[in-house]
Amino acid sequence: MSAPTATATRRQFLAAAGGVGLVLAVRPAEATPASMKQAIRQVVSEAAVKRGKIKLDLPPLVENGNSVAMSVTVDSPMTAKDHVKAIHVFTEKNPQPNIISAQLGPRAGKAEIQTRVRLADTQSVVAICEMSDGSFWSDTVDVIITLGACLEDLP
Amino acid sequence: MAARTLINVPPKAKRGEVIQIKTLISHIMETGFRHDNVGRPIPRDIITSFVCTYNGEEIFKAALYQAIAANPFITFHTVATESGTLAFQWTGDNGFTQDASAKITVE
Repeated sequence: MSAPTATATRRQFLAAAGGVGLVLAVRPAEATPASMKQAIRQVVSEAAVKRGKIKLDLPPLVENGNSVAMSVTVDSPMTAKDHVKAIHVFTEKNPQPNIISAQLGPRAGKAEIQTRVRLADTQSVVAICEMSDGSFWSDTVDVIITLGACLEDLP
Repeated sequence: MAARTLINVPPKAKRGEVIQIKTLISHIMETGFRHDNVGRPIPRDIITSFVCTYNGEEIFKAALYQAIAANPFITFHTVATESGTLAFQWTGDNGFTQDASAKITVE
């Protein structure tokens, strides 16, 4: 009569495991490794970073992390009074937390940049923009990488 | 060392129109985190900065890091204000610099 007990235990175990998975999935945005946090602090210093206004576009599933098309767009009229001053992008698990820091101005007309990036591992990528009024806005995207970049050695 | 560049700027634009500028430069962007086949680290060799000026006035600047893919491709936008020259400059490790320019006619 040990078989039913074993099944029940397994069922309970799976239910518990599912619960843990859910808890992990809804972890807060601030739960990022220290180096990225530090890099972000260097840019924003003590200012609060709010969510919104900025949109980071990355494919959710990437086959090859050596070259990933990335696009960052900020919702801004880009006038002399109200424009985007800078766009910064950070990674969580690359060997080095910065990706790009772009300086824009009212002459840009449209706050949108595109480039191709390297991503070493499955991770979240954070884009932060600095507006002319001194406020900071952010967007976070989770990316799954099949083949990572940066760390492989030459054959 | 001369690098090949590819610049895409519309040759003609209306005054006040927002134009897209696409730039590409050939560069290995060696991260400095890799090792060669006998285990020696390969030194870092990347482009660290990119600047675009429109008739001498700076309109876009970017600091690049190891996380930018080889052959950096950057696109951005600007308002076509007057006819003239858009000049681009990339600078990097080991004294790397490369210039390029494109003409634009604004009517």
